[in-house]
Amino acid sequence: MMPAAAPRTADTASPVPGEDRALVVRNLTKEYRKGQPVLRGIDLTFPGSGLTAIIGPSGTGKSTLIRCVNRLVAPTSGEILFRGQDLAKLSGRGLRAARRRIGMVFQEYNLVERLTVMENLLCGRLGYVPVWRAWLRKFPERDIARAFDLLDSVGLPGFAQQRADALSGGQRQRVGIARAIMQEPDIILADEPTSSLDPKTSVEIMDILQGVARQRAIPVIVNIHNVELARRFASRIVGMTGGHVVYNGPPDGLTDADLKAIYGGESWME
Amino acid sequence: MTDQPSPVPRVAFAPNWTARIGWLLLLLYVGYAGSQLGFSAERFSGGLEHGHRFLVRMFPPNFGRWELIAGGILESLQIAVIATFFGILLSLPVGLLAARNLTPAWISWPARGFIALCRSFHPIIVAILFVKAIGFGALAGVMALIVASIGFISKLFAEAIEEISLKQVEAVRATGAGFLGTLIMGVQPQVLPRFIGFATYQLDSNLRNSTMVGIVGGGGIGAALFTAYQRFDFDVVLAILIIIVSLIMIAEIVSGWARRVFQ
Amino acid sequence: MTVADSLHRNWQRFTPLQRISRFGFYLFAVAALVVSLRTIDVIPEFLYDAPDQMVDLVRRMWPPDLSYIGPTIKGLIETLHIATLGTIIAIVMALPFGLLAARNVTPSPPLNLFAKFVFVTSRSINSLVWALLFVAVFGPGPLAGTLAIAFRSIGFTGKLFAEALEESGRGSIEALTASGASRFATLLWGYWPQVRPAFWSIALFRWDINIRESAVLGIVGAGGVGVVLDTALNLLYWDQVAVVLIAIFAVVILAEIVVTVVRSRIL
Repeated sequence: MMPAAAPRTADTASPVPGEDRALVVRNLTKEYRKGQPVLRGIDLTFPGSGLTAIIGPSGTGKSTLIRCVNRLVAPTSGEILFRGQDLAKLSGRGLRAARRRIGMVFQEYNLVERLTVMENLLCGRLGYVPVWRAWLRKFPERDIARAFDLLDSVGLPGFAQQRADALSGGQRQRVGIARAIMQEPDIILADEPTSSLDPKTSVEIMDILQGVARQRAIPVIVNIHNVELARRFASRIVGMTGGHVVYNGPPDGLTDADLKAIYGGESWME
Repeated sequence: MTDQPSPVPRVAFAPNWTARIGWLLLLLYVGYAGSQLGFSAERFSGGLEHGHRFLVRMFPPNFGRWELIAGGILESLQIAVIATFFGILLSLPVGLLAARNLTPAWISWPARGFIALCRSFHPIIVAILFVKAIGFGALAGVMALIVASIGFISKLFAEAIEEISLKQVEAVRATGAGFLGTLIMGVQPQVLPRFIGFATYQLDSNLRNSTMVGIVGGGGIGAALFTAYQRFDFDVVLAILIIIVSLIMIAEIVSGWARRVFQ
Repeated sequence: MTVADSLHRNWQRFTPLQRISRFGFYLFAVAALVVSLRTIDVIPEFLYDAPDQMVDLVRRMWPPDLSYIGPTIKGLIETLHIATLGTIIAIVMALPFGLLAARNVTPSPPLNLFAKFVFVTSRSINSLVWALLFVAVFGPGPLAGTLAIAFRSIGFTGKLFAEALEESGRGSIEALTASGASRFATLLWGYWPQVRPAFWSIALFRWDINIRESAVLGIVGAGGVGVVLDTALNLLYWDQVAVVLIAIFAVVILAEIVVTVVRSRIL
C-alpha cells in the first residue's frame, strides 16, 4: 500500500486555462465493498481544454473515476463539478440531460453490432430526439448531414450503410468516437480506448482524440495504460495508484521516479 | 488513414422493403383472420360479463371430494411414470436407427418417418384412438403417451447422436476399445447430459398430458375434471386445477434436481 | 510409496455425496415404476386384446372416405387461423411480461417474480383446459380456441424472451445509457437489434407447436378441425376419421417445412 504522498502538481498559482470548462473533482470516494475504497478522497481539477491522460496500474480506480463522472458508477461520496452542476447529485431527467453533454468512448467500442454505422452514429442523438422519430428513423436533416461529415472526418467515408460487426477494431473505435461527437458534448471521456487495438491503430485513434480536443475546444479525458502514448498525445498527465493521485502535471515533467511511484518496480522501464 | 470502399450516394437509411411489406401483410392477416373467426365487439363484451359470473362461481375452490381427486391424481402419476419409462426404453433403439451417421439411408429414413408420425398428432388424438381401440381406462392413456414420448425423445436422441464429435469416438477406438467400450466411453458421455435433459422434459410433458387424457377416457384426473365441468361445479374444477398446477410445479422442481445431479 | 499414499491416490469419478444422490434417484425412479405398475388399474383382458383391436381399427379406417375432404379442409383452415392468430396475440401479451421478467431490463425482484409467476401459470394449465374455460365464458367456437392458444403460449414465449434479453451484451446498452438516451430508446436501439433473431425463432417454434394444439381444441368445442374429427368419431365413421388424420398429418409436415425454410432464410 503506497503512502498518500502529496501529488506533484504543476504551479497552481497560474490560472487553469478554460476554467469555466474545467471538471473539478472534490473528495471523491468510491467503495464497491464496505471498508475497501477504490477511490480515496480524490481532489483533482481537469483543465477545460486539451487532452488529459490518466495513467496507473490496473485496478487502481482509473476506470472507476471516469465512470463516476457520467454516473455509470455511483460515487459513495464527494462532488463532481462541471459547468455549474454537481454531477454526483443528479438523477432522472437531470442526469440524462447531463449525460447528453458528456460523450464516452469505450475500450470494447460498445457499438450495437447489428445496426449500421449510420444508425450507431445517430445513437448519439437519441437523447435529443423524441422516441418516435428514433423508431421511424426520421432524424432531423441537420443530424444526418453532420453524421456524414463526421464519418468523413474520422476517415470512414462511404461506410454509412455497413453493419457495425463487419468493421475492424480500429474502424469500430472511430465510429465510437464519431458517435460521442454526435452528441455535441462539452467533454469527452475515453476509457482505455486503445487497449484492444494494435500499436499503429492506437496511434491513429489517439491522434483523432487529440484533434477533437483541439478543434472543439473541449476537455478530453483518457484512461490509458500505455505511458508512451500518454506522453506523446496528452497536454496533461494524471498519475494514479492505490486510489490516490500521485502526479498531476505536464508530460515532460513526468520523471522516472514518478513512474516508479505510480507503477512500482523498475524492470518494466528498461 | 482513410478507408475507401466504393463511393456510395449519401443515403442515411436503406429502406428495408421486405420487412415493411412483411409487417403490412401481417397486420392485414390479423384483420382478415379475426373476421373469419367471427371476432366482434359484442361477443367480446358479452364474454366479459359471462366471465365475471363464471369467476364468481369458481371461488372458493371446493376440495370436498378429495378422495376422488386423490385417486385421479395418483392414476395420472402412474400413467406418466410408466409411459415415460417405456417411452425412453423404446426410444433408444428407434433413435439409434434414425441417426444418419450410424445407419444407412434405407433404415434411417423410414425410422425418421415413423418418428414424424408419432409426433404429428396431439396426444389427445392418439388417446382417443387408443380408447376406441382398446377400451376406456389407464392403458389407453399409457399407450398414447408412450407414442408421444417416442416421437419426442427419439427425435432429439437421433439429433444428439448426429452431432457427436466422431473424433472423440475415433480416439477411443484407437486405444483398442471394442464396440461396447467405444459406446460407453466415446458416445455415451457426449450424449448423456442432453439425454437426461430431454428425458426429464418428457416426464414433465407426460405428467401434464396424463392429467388431460381422462377427458377422452384415458384415465387419470382428467375424467373427474371434465365431469365437474359438465355439471357446472366450477368450484370443484378450480380445486382440481389448483392441485394439477401444484403437481406440475413440484415435478418441475424435481426435474431440476435430477438434471443437476446427473450433469 | 506407502500404503497411506496409495489410499489417498484412489481416484473416484464422483464424490460420495454425488454417488449417494445418484443412487437415491435411481432408487426413487425404480420404486416409482414398480409401484405404478403394480397398482395401476389395467384390465388384463384389454391388454392381451390390444394388438388385435388396433389392427381391427386400422382395417376399418381403410379406404378413407374422400368425400369428407371438404369439411376437413374448412376445419383445417379455421385451425390454422386459430393457431396463427393465437400465437400473434400471445406474443403481443408476452412482450411486456418478458421485459418485466428480464433481470437486466427490470432490476426489481418483485416484478421479476410476478412476471415469472404469470409464465408458470400460463404453462401449467393445459391448452385443453384453457379451452374449456374460454368455452364456458365465450361460448363454443373459434374465439374460445384462439384465446386458449394465446393464453397457453404466453408462458412459453415470455420465458424464452426473458432469457434472450438476459443474454444480450451489456456493452452497447452501457453506451446508450451513457449518452443520455431514455429507457425506451435504449430498449428500441440497444436490446431489440440483439434480440430480434431469437424473437423470430421463438415465434416460429411456438407457431409450429400451436398448430398441433389447435387441431385438438375442437374436441371440447373450441373450433377448428377438432370439431370435424369429433363428429366423425362420435358417429364411428372410421373412414372419415382416417381422412381427417391424414389431412392433419399433411398440414403438420407442411408447417415444419415452412418453419425450416423461414428459419434458414431469416436467421
